[in-house]
Amino acid sequence: MNAMIATSAVGKKYGRQWALRDCTLTIPAGKVVGLVGPNGAGKTTLLQLAAGLLTPTSGTITVLDGQPGTSPAQLARVGFVAQDAPAYARLSVAGHLRMGAWLNPDWDGAQAEHRIARLGLDPRQRAGSLSGGQRAQLALTMAVAKRPELILLDEPVASLDPLARREFLQSLMEVVAEQGTNVALSSHLVADLERVCDYLVVLAASRVQLAGEVSELLASHHRLSGPRRDPGTLPANQEVIEASHTDRQSTLLIRSDGPVLDPAWTVRPVSLDDLVLAYMSRARDAGNSRRPGLEVVR
Amino acid sequence: MIRGGAWKFAWVQARTQTAVAVAALAAAAILAAITGPRLLHFYDTVVATCGSRNDCASVTTAFLSSYRVIQVALPPVLLVAPALIGAFWGAPLVARELETGTFRLAWTQSVTRQRWLAVKLILAGLAGMAVAGLLSLILTWWFSPIDRVQMNQFTPAMFGVRGITPIGYAAFAFAFGVTAGAFIRRTIPAMAATLVVFAGARLAFSYYVRPYLITPLRATSALVMPTESGPAPPLGAGAVKPGDLVVSDQTINAAGRVIGANGGVGPNGEIGIQVTHGRPSLAGVGACPNKFPPLGGGLRGSGGQPPADFNAAVQECIDRLGIREVVTYQPLSRYWPLQWDETLIFTGLAIVLAGVCFWQVRRRLT
Repeated sequence: MNAMIATSAVGKKYGRQWALRDCTLTIPAGKVVGLVGPNGAGKTTLLQLAAGLLTPTSGTITVLDGQPGTSPAQLARVGFVAQDAPAYARLSVAGHLRMGAWLNPDWDGAQAEHRIARLGLDPRQRAGSLSGGQRAQLALTMAVAKRPELILLDEPVASLDPLARREFLQSLMEVVAEQGTNVALSSHLVADLERVCDYLVVLAASRVQLAGEVSELLASHHRLSGPRRDPGTLPANQEVIEASHTDRQSTLLIRSDGPVLDPAWTVRPVSLDDLVLAYMSRARDAGNSRRPGLEVVR
Repeated sequence: MIRGGAWKFAWVQARTQTAVAVAALAAAAILAAITGPRLLHFYDTVVATCGSRNDCASVTTAFLSSYRVIQVALPPVLLVAPALIGAFWGAPLVARELETGTFRLAWTQSVTRQRWLAVKLILAGLAGMAVAGLLSLILTWWFSPIDRVQMNQFTPAMFGVRGITPIGYAAFAFAFGVTAGAFIRRTIPAMAATLVVFAGARLAFSYYVRPYLITPLRATSALVMPTESGPAPPLGAGAVKPGDLVVSDQTINAAGRVIGANGGVGPNGEIGIQVTHGRPSLAGVGACPNKFPPLGGGLRGSGGQPPADFNAAVQECIDRLGIREVVTYQPLSRYWPLQWDETLIFTGLAIVLAGVCFWQVRRRLT
């Protein structure tokens, strides 16, 4: 197996609106992948395509070299924690675990019960009365006990308070450490992903803006500051992602394969947060420039 | 996977509604078991032998008023049971999963959504059909002596609360509910749509489809004027028996054109005789070719009734004008063939709807 998720020009349209467009990605296996982007960027669409809940309008997607959702075997290989961790409100925690045992061939019941006990959840409690954090943990437990090769999590911590957020991500990391499972999770906050992900995909305006290993992304992006100058005069191997100018000074965020040698620049590393924000605002500006009408209003 | 895991989970989700249905069935069965044998005994010992004692009228009245509460209360339960199965079992089946988002949990386990749907459709659908069928069995048995007296099981009001048709209705209402839920994606509107469409389908079928499923028999006879006293003349000169379903009852003139209905010359079954300048004529048809007796005191004779020889003259006028009555009807012998036809048609519609539902869940909800 060489790719966790491979897409080729994949797109998904709802009515006349593209939720995801022309998305070509190859995410290598053995990673913890973060999908980051503003709300409505297409993160949920991409994850649901990978889980087999949606089928693409155009293009192709393979997950672990299989067609998502087409067979029980493929479904068994992928665990999915949907946004807001939906659960049957009137079914108990134990009932949900029984459901998992009935519907999944490789269910690890002992591990599921152990996790529930460690989390301090009452197996008899109905899912409808669980807190958001507890429900998310139940959903994660179900996804993990299925023993999938890949776990997809759609905004798993978005509705959780900071403490529950940290606990959830910790338990997710334990799963990765213990079982070596592939993981892809989405968030609109880089901070959630920074600690857990080693691969990052930035989605904005229904398109992939950036994808790569976190370490490589950090190594290849630099913040340059120096006397004001036209970004067009930079060497060819330096792509400007973001530029801001004062009367005297220019600050650039660039992507460069090689080192920055020009002594006029002060070169500083970029935080992942800044990097992602730069790509997201570039996508937004590109979207706006295609609609000049909006500019006039401003 | 434990074999049949999908069935077990479908059962877990359906057990509350099943318990309610079983409780209702048990209540009906107990009620019927207590009262039914007594009713049957009453019929066998008193009603069936009334001819030898010449007290049929009073005995029948007493018989038909026994267990009045059950007679009034049970048929509506069976009447609405398929609608409730459609609205409360069918409509939420997919719609609630879509509404609450739990389909994302259900459809990402190791069971394809087609299999998930098939299991739920078969389990809950067959349960609904069984509930309706058993309830109808109880009613049909309990009411059998009453039906033998009333002979009205062919009427639109009774046909659907006896025999096997409730099974077909339950299948149809359930499948419609599931499909409506899969399209509308909201439980309450899907329930409302199910109730409205089911009621419409039942009514339309009763009045516009069932009477014509088998080409009705046709009986043409002389139009016989009803007399003030005595029983009404037999329909179709006796061809139409008690218990038959009368589909239409029309009056035609000598040329075969329809000139009235319900045993009269006119849409409301009236026979109007006009006397102008001493010449009697049949309203809307023409002058009577025969002589009428002299009407000294006008049309109203002694005691407010037309004289007997006047009625005879009207009858002669009708006969000489060539007016006849055409009755189309379904004989009682076609009761069970029509029960089967209707059940199979509604079940067939249910299967088509289930196919549409599969298509929607597989292709559209993605």
